[in-house]
Amino acid sequence: MANQEMTGAEIVIQALVDQGVEVIFGYPGGAVLPLYDALFKQNSIRHILVRQEGGAVHAAEGYARSTGKPGVVLVTSGPGATNAVTGLADALLDSIPIICLTGQVATHLIGNDAFQEADTVGITRPVTKHNYLVKSAKDMARTVHEAFHVATSGRPGPVVIDLPKDTQFEEAEYLPPALVQHKSYKPQVKGDLKAIKEAVSLIANAKKPIFYTGGGVINSGPKASDLLTKFVRMTGYPITNTLMGLGSYPASDRQFLGMLGMHGTYEANHAMHDCDVMICIGARFDDRITGRLDAFSPNSKKIHVDIDPSSINKNVPVDIPIVGDVAHILEDMIKVWKTDVCRPDAAALEEWWQQIEGWRSRDCLKFTQSGPIIKPQYALSRLNELTKGKNRYFTTEVGQHQMWAAQYLQFEEPNRWMTSGGLGTMGYGLPSAMGVQVAHPDALVIDVSGEASAMMNIQELSTIMQYRLPVKVFLLNNEYMGMVRQWQELLHGSRYSESYMESLPDFVKLAEAFGGTGLRCTDPDKVDEAIIQMIETDGPVLLDMVVDKEENVFPMVPSGAAHNEMLLADNAEGEGPEVSREGMTLV
Amino acid sequence: MIEKTEIHRHTIAVLVDNEFGVLARVVGLFSGRGYNIESLTVAKVDEKENLSRITIVTTGTMMVIEQIKAQLNRLVPVHSIADLTLDGPSVEREMALVKVEGTGEKRVEALRMADIFRASAVDVTESSLVFEVTGDREKVKAFVALMEPLGEVEVCRTGIVALKRGHETI
Ligand SMILES: Cc1ncc(C[n+]2csc(CCOP(=O)(O)OP(=O)(O)O)c2C)c(N)n1
Ligand SMILES: [Mg+2]
Repeated sequence: MANQEMTGAEIVIQALVDQGVEVIFGYPGGAVLPLYDALFKQNSIRHILVRQEGGAVHAAEGYARSTGKPGVVLVTSGPGATNAVTGLADALLDSIPIICLTGQVATHLIGNDAFQEADTVGITRPVTKHNYLVKSAKDMARTVHEAFHVATSGRPGPVVIDLPKDTQFEEAEYLPPALVQHKSYKPQVKGDLKAIKEAVSLIANAKKPIFYTGGGVINSGPKASDLLTKFVRMTGYPITNTLMGLGSYPASDRQFLGMLGMHGTYEANHAMHDCDVMICIGARFDDRITGRLDAFSPNSKKIHVDIDPSSINKNVPVDIPIVGDVAHILEDMIKVWKTDVCRPDAAALEEWWQQIEGWRSRDCLKFTQSGPIIKPQYALSRLNELTKGKNRYFTTEVGQHQMWAAQYLQFEEPNRWMTSGGLGTMGYGLPSAMGVQVAHPDALVIDVSGEASAMMNIQELSTIMQYRLPVKVFLLNNEYMGMVRQWQELLHGSRYSESYMESLPDFVKLAEAFGGTGLRCTDPDKVDEAIIQMIETDGPVLLDMVVDKEENVFPMVPSGAAHNEMLLADNAEGEGPEVSREGMTLV
Repeated sequence: MIEKTEIHRHTIAVLVDNEFGVLARVVGLFSGRGYNIESLTVAKVDEKENLSRITIVTTGTMMVIEQIKAQLNRLVPVHSIADLTLDGPSVEREMALVKVEGTGEKRVEALRMADIFRASAVDVTESSLVFEVTGDREKVKAFVALMEPLGEVEVCRTGIVALKRGHETI
């Protein structure tokens, strides 16, 4: 093949094949016709035709997050590219490797306000890790290979390659992927051994330690989760996960305190507040986690392991920063722990665990299912029980149902939980589930949804039908933008401004209209039956679970409050929380 | 934010690939994250490697300055960055062109001041002068301030360029 001239479009497709791409999520248009032609003439890459470009990016995110491989998107210029922007921003905030190929008008038309022209590199610059405008077919192969390197290494993220139509026709020589040695981009993988030793000694001498770990552990690969589990068990210390980190440590383990943060558990947040050594691995101290910054874990020494140096000391100053890949650093930490024959302070640890068990006994996720109305917490705990042991994957939309899913579903393994954490994008879950199902055709893939979020990308049911993807939509229908309603109740005097969902469709008929199965459940006694029917029905199923309209998510650290000022379900009734003016302005 | 609130001014040098959009990336990063730019200069400095050097003077708390450097380092076309304020002694220079209008006593005084500042007149008409002045930002500022009452009508400044002192490079 060497020296043989190919068209730019063929070069792109060949480069994707050589990068191991098996599937592309896309939507055609004028500016990508040559690329679609090249796709037509080959058999190694499968194309999934979405119904809106936004769906393509979320599908690629689901694919990427459940496989550890980059997700690939192909869209046309102008509106195709702008529709992809939300997904790119989502992937940037959650560090998901995505390659997004966008068509562009011909190079001589760029800047002319040509038909379907948009300044795609300009628009996507702040929502991508990097982006390229390829102006000649001879740069095509190198750019695609480099884009994969950038998207997948270091802190992963989305990369856009903008491809003017004329360059897709232009002929050039194809260059296979060589080992990319980028001139300027060289992410640090190995951690500094001196810092690691210092950290291990701090960890070993802690009296009230806690591991606080996030999505970085998942991004580092399954080995990182194994090593984390191993290290945490060696120490006997408690561990809490961020929303993005769920699954990096087995949820059923006694050392696991559940999720932390705004809707985290009582025990996790109190342990964070009172700890003397915090071991943060692959998490970034974001505002959902820390609550009021000046009251965040005031008496602890902090160790921060992160592959992105800009995450260090961004919000919270730390004592021992370690830049590098989580798996590499954990490996070193375990080695040092063993060679130094570290022994935790058993007496102190015993006392610390007693304190934690005290918090745990508060049973902050307790709920009572009584009366004729289904509690969303009940529906989700039944979903968890009835799917246990199955090869299951969960995605979510954004809202209360997402937080309940994080609280009541249990993750024993990484890559099984796909949720929009950083951007909080309603409409993420359904296309994401589609991407997960494409990657894992035989798995049980469930999108935990809310009726408002479901409406944001409902068109993807059509894609799901076309490819016979047996995705299950578990829709907690409270007829409200529940999370908005909750904030309005607690912070805005129960003035439910525009948060009630009028004129909802009949979701059962809607599912049927797309060709799938629609189920509805309104009776708490029939919840199990409905879930089993959803699982056992072949093909796509939407289960409309009609739940309590005014249930709130607890525990809750109100905006601007500290971790130890949490609201619990049983103390939140009556007057609303004291929220400062400053707190009110926080999202 | 838990931090010392004292504001510092730092001069940061950034070596970047001289490619399409790189300046937009740097400037976009500053505007997108709300960082200050007091001055910014950019030009190609290495023909062979096709590199440009950007010199940015910015202000912020130490935590913000550290963030700025980390964020700049994250940009793919950035080769290296240096905090010239932190890394030890550096030379900083700025050039300004200052147009002064006037005749008689004021004009004589302007020429006298220019002489003291080693500013040279690079354009002359019977009623106007354009001075070129070079120095650190304080000197340039002082010169412009002095020219104001003497008929200054227009100023153009290049912004700071800077190098480390001694044999060290960035
Ligand atoms: C695209 C988008 N628009 C608006 C929001 C703000 N928002 C957050 S949660 C929410 C309500 C979600 O309602 P629903 O999907 O019914 O879930 P529930 O909270 O009721 O479980 C809204 C509007 C968002 N996160 N994303
Ligand atoms: Mg709802």
